[in-house]
Amino acid sequence: MWTKEITDMLVQGVYDTLYMTIVSTLMGYVLGLPMGIALAVTDKKGLRPNSVIYKMLDIIVNIIRSVPFLILLIVLIPLTKAIVGKSYGSSATIVPLVIAAAPFIARMVESSIQEVDKGVIEAAQSMGAGLFTIIWKVLLVEARTSLIVGVTIATGTILGYSAMAGVVGGGGLGDIAIRYGYYRYQTDIMLVTIILLIVLVQILQGIGMMLSKKLDRRKIK
Amino acid sequence: MENGNRELEINSSGPIIRIQDVTKTYSADKSTLHALKNVSLDINKGDIYGIIGMSGAGKSTLVRCLNFLETPTSGTVTVGGKDLSKLSEKELRKTRMNIAMIFQHFNLLMQRNVIDNICFPLTIAGMGKKEARKRAEELLQIVGLEDKAKVYPSQLSGGQKQRVAIARALANNPEILLCDEATSALDPQTTKSILALLKDINAKYGITIIIITHEMSVVQEICSHVAILDNGSLAESGRVIDIFSSPKTKEARKLVLDDGEKIAIMKSRHCIRIVFTENSSFEPVIGNMILEYKSPVNILYADTRNINGTARGEMILQLPEKEETAQKMIEYLKERKLAVEEVEGYVD
Repeated sequence: MWTKEITDMLVQGVYDTLYMTIVSTLMGYVLGLPMGIALAVTDKKGLRPNSVIYKMLDIIVNIIRSVPFLILLIVLIPLTKAIVGKSYGSSATIVPLVIAAAPFIARMVESSIQEVDKGVIEAAQSMGAGLFTIIWKVLLVEARTSLIVGVTIATGTILGYSAMAGVVGGGGLGDIAIRYGYYRYQTDIMLVTIILLIVLVQILQGIGMMLSKKLDRRKIK
Repeated sequence: MENGNRELEINSSGPIIRIQDVTKTYSADKSTLHALKNVSLDINKGDIYGIIGMSGAGKSTLVRCLNFLETPTSGTVTVGGKDLSKLSEKELRKTRMNIAMIFQHFNLLMQRNVIDNICFPLTIAGMGKKEARKRAEELLQIVGLEDKAKVYPSQLSGGQKQRVAIARALANNPEILLCDEATSALDPQTTKSILALLKDINAKYGITIIIITHEMSVVQEICSHVAILDNGSLAESGRVIDIFSSPKTKEARKLVLDDGEKIAIMKSRHCIRIVFTENSSFEPVIGNMILEYKSPVNILYADTRNINGTARGEMILQLPEKEETAQKMIEYLKERKLAVEEVEGYVD
C-alpha cells in the first residue's frame, strides 16, 4: 500500500542521504586535502622530501583504508558518541563517514597533484615562488580538473557508504532499504530506494563531470 | 621598469655570472653519475652566451646551477657578486626573480590564460593586481601578442607559447635570462623569429642571455660567446668568432665542422647540382670522374631523401676552375644519366 507516510519517509530519506553525503564529503576534504598535499609534497620526488612525515601519513592512510567501513562504523561508536552525543541518526553517521573518507580523499589528492607537469613547477621555482605559492597557485590550479573528478568519485563512494549506516540506524535511503526490504520483506519500497540511490549517484556524477570539463582550459573550445 | 630588482647591479663589477670549479654528481643506489666536472666560466653583463653540447653533456644541469634549481656538489656560482650557496632560502628566491628562465616545453600554466600567466611572476614579487595587469599588457606588446591576452595556452602555437614564456620571464625586469633549449621544440622559421626577439631584448634592455642548445646554428645566429660542454667538462670557451675560425679542441671541431656547409677552398664559382636516382648509385660516379680528369671537385652539399618511397641522392659540386674540364665533367655526368643543373650563387 502506497501511503503519504511512505512518500514522506522517502523524501526524508533522500534529504538525509544528501545531508550525510555532502557534509561528509566537505569535511572529508577539510581533512583529506591537506593530508593529500602533505603526502605529495613530502614524497621522495616532492617539493620538500621528508621521509618521516611521508611514512607516518602513509601508514595512517593505509590502516584506515584497510578497515572495512561497516567495521569502522561500529568501532567508532564511542568516538561518535563523544562528538555528536548519540550513536545513531544521520549526524552521528557523519563521524565515521569523514574518518573513512579522509584517507581515501588524501590518496586521490596526492595522485592528482603528482600529475601536475614538473616543468611548470620548475618554472614557478625559477620565478622565486615559495612552497605555499606553488601549492596554492600552481599545484591546486593545474590539478583542478583531476581534483574535481576526485571529488565526484569521493561523493559517489561516500554516498554508497552512507547507505551502510542503515545497519546502525543511521537514517537515509540505505536505512529505509534495509528496514523495509530486509527486515519487513517490502520489496517494492526497497526497489524504489534503490532507484532513488541510482538517480542520486547519476546526478552527482553528471554535475561533477560537467564541472571538471567546463573548468578544463587545456582543450580547445 | 621601476619594479625591477636592481640590487645586483650595485656590486657587479666584473662578470655578472662566475662559475668556479662546479661539479655535480648524482648518486643513485650504487652508481654515481658525474653530470658536471670542474666547470669554470665567466659570463659578462650584456653577453649572449651560448652553452652547446651533445645531449647528456650536462648543459641543462649547468644552467640549473645558475639559479640553484640544482645545487652544485662542489664549487661556487656567483651571480652579481653574490655566492648563491651562501644565501638563505628567502634571499635565494629574491635573487631568482632577477634570473629569469625559459624552457624547451614552455612550461606555461595551462589552466590560466595568457595575461594571468604573465601576471604570475609579478604577483610572486608582490605587485598589486591592477599594476601587474598593466605591466603584463606592456610585455605582451613587446613580444607582439597584444591580441592574445585572454587566450589559453592550449590555443597557441609553439612559437606563440614561447613568446608568452618570454614575456613572463621579462616581467620582473631580470638582468639575466636563461634559455634551456628554448627553440628545440620549434620549427626553423619560428626558431629564427624567437632568436630575433631574444637578440632584440638583449640589445634594448641589456639583459644577459645564456642559451643552452645542441644546435650550432643557434649559436651562430645570435651568440657573442660560446662554451662547449663535452661529457660534463668544459672543452672550450670564448668568442664565437674565434671558436668558429680556429676551434682548438676535438669537441669544438666536431661541432663547428658538422655544421659547416659552406666552407669553400676552391675559387671557382661554377657549381652544379646533380641528382641520383635509384639506378645511378651503383657506380662510384664521382670517384671515377675525378680519376678520369685528374682534377678534384668540391662536394659542397650532399643529402639523401626519401621521395615517395625511393631514395634520392642530391649533391652540389664545385667544379674545377678550368672551364674545359668543367664542361667535360658535366658531359661525363650526363652520359651516366644523372640529372645535372647549374647552380648560381652558391659560393660567394
